[in-house]
Amino acid sequence: MAYLDHAATTPMLDEALEAYVATAREVGNASSLHASGRRARRRVEESRERVAAALGARPSEVIFTGGGTESDNLAVKGIFWARRDADAMRRRVISSAVEHHAVLDAVDWLERHEGAEVGRLPADGVGRLHPDALRAELAEHGDRAAVVTAMWANNEVGTVQRIGELAAVAAEYGVPFHTDAIQAVGQVPVDFAASGVAALTVTGHKLGGPVGVGALLLGRDVAAVPLLHGGGQERDVRSGTLDAAGIVAFAVAVEAAVKGQQEYATGLAALRDDLVRRVRQAVPEVVFNGDPTDRLPGNAHFSFPGCEGDALLLLLDAQGIACSTGSACSAGVAQPSHVLLAMGADDDRARSSLRFSLGHTSTTADVDALIAALPGAVERARRAAGPRTPR
Amino acid sequence: MRVLAAMSGGVDSAVAAARAVQAGHDVTGVHLALARNPQTYRTGARGCCTLEDSRDARRAADVLGIPFYVWDMADRFHADVVDDFVAEYAAGRTPNPCLRCNEKIKFAAVLDRAVALGFDAVVTGHHARLGADGLLRRSVDAAKDQSYVLAVLTREQLDRSIFPLGDSTKAQVRQEAADRGLAVADKPDSHDICFIADGDTRGFLAQRLGETPGDVVDATTGAVVGQHAGAYAYTVGQRRGLHLDRPAPDGRPRYVLSITPKTNTVTVGPAEALEVSTVRAVRPVWTGGQRPDGPIECEVQLRAHGVVVPAAVTVDGDRLHAELRQPVRGVAAGQAIVAYRPDPAGDIVLGSATITD
Repeated sequence: MAYLDHAATTPMLDEALEAYVATAREVGNASSLHASGRRARRRVEESRERVAAALGARPSEVIFTGGGTESDNLAVKGIFWARRDADAMRRRVISSAVEHHAVLDAVDWLERHEGAEVGRLPADGVGRLHPDALRAELAEHGDRAAVVTAMWANNEVGTVQRIGELAAVAAEYGVPFHTDAIQAVGQVPVDFAASGVAALTVTGHKLGGPVGVGALLLGRDVAAVPLLHGGGQERDVRSGTLDAAGIVAFAVAVEAAVKGQQEYATGLAALRDDLVRRVRQAVPEVVFNGDPTDRLPGNAHFSFPGCEGDALLLLLDAQGIACSTGSACSAGVAQPSHVLLAMGADDDRARSSLRFSLGHTSTTADVDALIAALPGAVERARRAAGPRTPR
Repeated sequence: MRVLAAMSGGVDSAVAAARAVQAGHDVTGVHLALARNPQTYRTGARGCCTLEDSRDARRAADVLGIPFYVWDMADRFHADVVDDFVAEYAAGRTPNPCLRCNEKIKFAAVLDRAVALGFDAVVTGHHARLGADGLLRRSVDAAKDQSYVLAVLTREQLDRSIFPLGDSTKAQVRQEAADRGLAVADKPDSHDICFIADGDTRGFLAQRLGETPGDVVDATTGAVVGQHAGAYAYTVGQRRGLHLDRPAPDGRPRYVLSITPKTNTVTVGPAEALEVSTVRAVRPVWTGGQRPDGPIECEVQLRAHGVVVPAAVTVDGDRLHAELRQPVRGVAAGQAIVAYRPDPAGDIVLGSATITD
């Protein structure tokens, strides 16, 4: 089996798993006042410090959450609500067309239910956002802007944004900038303070930690209205009993991922480049999507002209190769990727795409397996697509 | 064999897939997303188009340990089944959408894609027998028999189809599902038309065809005896919901005898006027052996779950002609006439055609 879907989730690191199990064996609610509670509290706070140190934040800026989707929702909705409450004029959310659904749909929800107005920054042909577009947007609407949100690195096509440049523009206009850095942490250098962003989403299971734990790094002076009300944990921004075991494992994984990032990225990029070269050799008509150089080291994303991505996925899956078509709706029906459409791809090209993402367990054997199966799968998928029916 | 199991989320297709696995096939489950807006969540099972059904199918596939995917067939389904359904009613005919779906979607679009992707056959949970002799026969469960809606399949389609449930009753299928730990074991049967969620066919048609008021005419007297909001909403043989102003002189109930879209007229009359002894049909498909040269004696069924009568059937090019040995009431254009040869091992489907009059 060749697992080429690390961007969906990647195996837990041994040290994270061990830390999880060890902590999960201990009893203690970090909010309790007795010795067991204090021990749990200590584990959580040590983890907070480790995450903060690894990502260039202060410990008080680390809000532990139930994962990336929650962090994104908390940032987008929470900052929007806080800004609007402070100034009823500030109801504009500025986002981009290539965001993950956790941001995209949160923004849509604000538009439909909270009277938000939305500005969407366009992406270019490789999925890149341009500071000039943000500047133009803020020059026109800056006095109404509540929050700007743009992802650090794209989960589908792998393009890495120049987040610092975008955040600097938002800062000029005094608008808080949130970034979803879920795919970025551990793959490219991420420093919260140096980037100038006000809020940053990170999650555990994309970098060797457990599923269901993540954090929102939230600048100390940035107000956010909570999504969850209750016991007042996490600066009163995120109530709920702290998941000490998950948090400890998450911190171990973040620390390891950040510490080894440079070496890891170099090795991963070399393997990825090998994969890209060999895919191009095996299927010469393939279209490589995303920024050719400034991209996640583990990401390779292609369109296979004349094929449907879901047919290719089925055929590769049958041969033990796990990859992804990109976005899927809850019914499991493959939709054309909104990211590729935003990059100017037509419907067919968007539907014909596949993402291969490498991670810490990937080897040349995985690439070999893919290359062995791919040409046959492409040929079959092309036959299955047949003459195109007009949509 | 590498087979593709179409899994609706119901108990039949789940057990069919399970039996295919047990038979040693390499099985892949596929749920067909047919609704354009599958968000509608309804309790109970009327069709196969809800997210709930998709999840049930996925769960069954998980229990069986087979790969599972959702194929988006919504556009094809709309064009070939739903639009066709509306157009047929508009033309004064009474279509059978399940039959059309089998003909155009399950055993055409899906089967073609499956074959292109390297599968040898499609497995479905239809209640019909298809054995080694290649003959399509009625299910052992007469009440659940679906051979009628499969009779449109050609030889090529049947050769790539597997119906594992034909030798079982519905009760046995449910029991087996329970024994296999499939959660859909006691899920209610689907019924009616899957794309008409509330079962209101007339309302569904009215939404698409609009109101076109016209006369209801008595066949015997020629008198206008009522008004209708659209002739398309009526089916030959229908008695209820006619809302006639005047009762028949003899006080006996009246039935829809015919629908004439050209004049937007619904003609009604007494029950005996519904009786038909000659049926003409087009586009015959003949799979139960040699296509006959002359008339052959067989049995025919003229609607799903309808009566079966002896008949002499002649196939001539693109036309089929049936002389019924006893008259049948309520024969509607657009339905299929299916010819069977009685057989102790299960009545054999000889062929079918679409009734014109």
